Amino acid sequence: MPESRIIAGFMDDPEQFLEVGSRAREHGYKNLDGVMPYPVHGFEEALGLKKSRVPAAAKLMLVIGAGLGLLFAGWTSAVAWPINVGGKPLFSWQAFIPIVFECGVLLAGITTFILLFHLGRFYPAKDPKMIRERLTDNQFAVVIPVEDNGNIEDIREFFTKHGIEDVDEFEI
Amino acid sequence: MRKKISMKMKSTDIKPLEIEGRKYGGPWISSDITMSDVTDDVMAPVIRKPGVIWIILFMMALAGVGLLGFVLTIQMLKGIGILGLNHPVAWGVYITNFVFWVGIGHAGTLISAILFLLRQKWRNSINRTAEAMTIFAVICAGLFPLIHVGRTWVAYWLVPYPNARELWVNFRSPLVWDVFAVTTYLTISFLFWYQGLLPDFATLRDRAKNKIQKWFYRILAMGWKGKARDWNHYERAYLQFAWLATPLVLSVHSIVSFDFAVSQLPGWHATIFPPYFVAGAIFSGMGMVVTLLVILRKSMNLEKYITIRHLEMMNKVILLTSMFVGYSYLMEFFVAWYSDEPFEQYVFLNRLVGPYSWAIWTMLICNVFIPLVFFFKKARTSIPIMFAVSICVNIGMWFERFNIIVTSLHRDFLPSNWGMYTPTWADWSVTLGSFGLFFTLFLLFIKFFPAVSIAELKSILTRPFRRGANA
Repeated sequence: MPESRIIAGFMDDPEQFLEVGSRAREHGYKNLDGVMPYPVHGFEEALGLKKSRVPAAAKLMLVIGAGLGLLFAGWTSAVAWPINVGGKPLFSWQAFIPIVFECGVLLAGITTFILLFHLGRFYPAKDPKMIRERLTDNQFAVVIPVEDNGNIEDIREFFTKHGIEDVDEFEI
Repeated sequence: MRKKISMKMKSTDIKPLEIEGRKYGGPWISSDITMSDVTDDVMAPVIRKPGVIWIILFMMALAGVGLLGFVLTIQMLKGIGILGLNHPVAWGVYITNFVFWVGIGHAGTLISAILFLLRQKWRNSINRTAEAMTIFAVICAGLFPLIHVGRTWVAYWLVPYPNARELWVNFRSPLVWDVFAVTTYLTISFLFWYQGLLPDFATLRDRAKNKIQKWFYRILAMGWKGKARDWNHYERAYLQFAWLATPLVLSVHSIVSFDFAVSQLPGWHATIFPPYFVAGAIFSGMGMVVTLLVILRKSMNLEKYITIRHLEMMNKVILLTSMFVGYSYLMEFFVAWYSDEPFEQYVFLNRLVGPYSWAIWTMLICNVFIPLVFFFKKARTSIPIMFAVSICVNIGMWFERFNIIVTSLHRDFLPSNWGMYTPTWADWSVTLGSFGLFFTLFLLFIKFFPAVSIAELKSILTRPFRRGANA
């Protein structure tokens, strides 16, 4: 990824963090982001982020996994090698329910996990390029990219207007 | 602008409501704990060098793993004839251990998924440890069917795979259901746990001073930053996992109970089994969680986060599930009598007064009578009492499984088919070894991973934005 310039305002108060986040959006800044040590409820809404579609994908895979489980159990029992087990029907779907359920849950869970990692571009030992290490401990940052939002001075002024002294520029 | 703050944050400011001298609601952890305190306190035992006690305990646990490996090697060389298993009791201590360990795992998922969906904030201090316990218990559980099949080197036959003879597994068999249920449970529990650990690994990565530690947590943190966009997916994914894990945990012990209930043996063939097993699983798992947490909070100075109030909540769950299992025992006996089935009646009479009656009396005393002390608040909030009760619960639940398996098998329909089962040194060594394996993994976990969820605890702090007295 090419390097881009960002301005981050740092604060210790999650209430202020929420407020600055929503003000920045009202101000018309685009591609805003925030960094926080724990999920501050309401911040996604304040930034206007769309609801994650991860659960929808997981639900789809739940159905697909369950369907595949049923097909596989049915095919092996009734088509590939039919064996009469205690006079039961070859396609005894009731007996396949546990398998079908587990296959669905397994696929949905794995999908959720893979999607989460894919969407965040996470991989082992990735360099996080933390702009400040306290952001995973006790500090919050509202991040405004410079390219999309005009000049540096304006953004700095925006932060100062909202009482944030601790503002810094970064190349990421 | 203060109006925009979500309900979740506001609710943490609620003061405990006092009605007739009893406190309701209020924050779960002291209101003067700050975010930095959480990070520092949880990280402290992870960052510092292991203490002498940890090393001693770890050596003991490792000795258990050594014993396990030794006995299993002999078993591989000589066959499962070294166990006490024989006709008619072909399932003994191994399967008892399997069901016991799967059951232990259930409390972890209850705490991490079900209490999450129920918005129970007290789970935030204990879910990490409970989830870790789940994973390690399921690993121990998964070991037993594999070594019980005898020829462990062909245990992969349990998995349906295309083979030269074009044979498939029997999907109508509860044993195959078990394979699917246990592997799914282990996978989902692990992914759920790892997702929860991700932000905490990032915290450790950024705070660790030591180079090796920094490198280690950098690998595990996978570049987690805590960006709003990532948290957005993270939270929805976490909720999704909770929704998946909740029916999953109920299915797993139900399927384990089908191993018995689907057969036609008196004492096993009972429709009450799935709910009865699930309740028993949560009961035994909670017992194990209390045992572990009592030790953990003391040895790692986490009393501030895992308070007596948290332990009291778990003791209430123990009391409730103890009454569930007590009722199930009663119903089993009632249905046996009411069925007017001589074989069924005999099995239950034999359990009470037969040669294995010591097992059922141990079970009844430990599972039904001793937990009743938790009706008293003094007992629920006393560390020595809850520790003793939790140990009893573990013993009692082990004997419950022993009782179900062995007493049903040893005397079935034909008296000429009766026999006795005596576990040998090998059975007991492997049992002890499985505890060694469990504690080895658990001790490694508390040494290298944050034992309490740092990020989740921060979200329930009363005044999370105050950095402490110096702010």
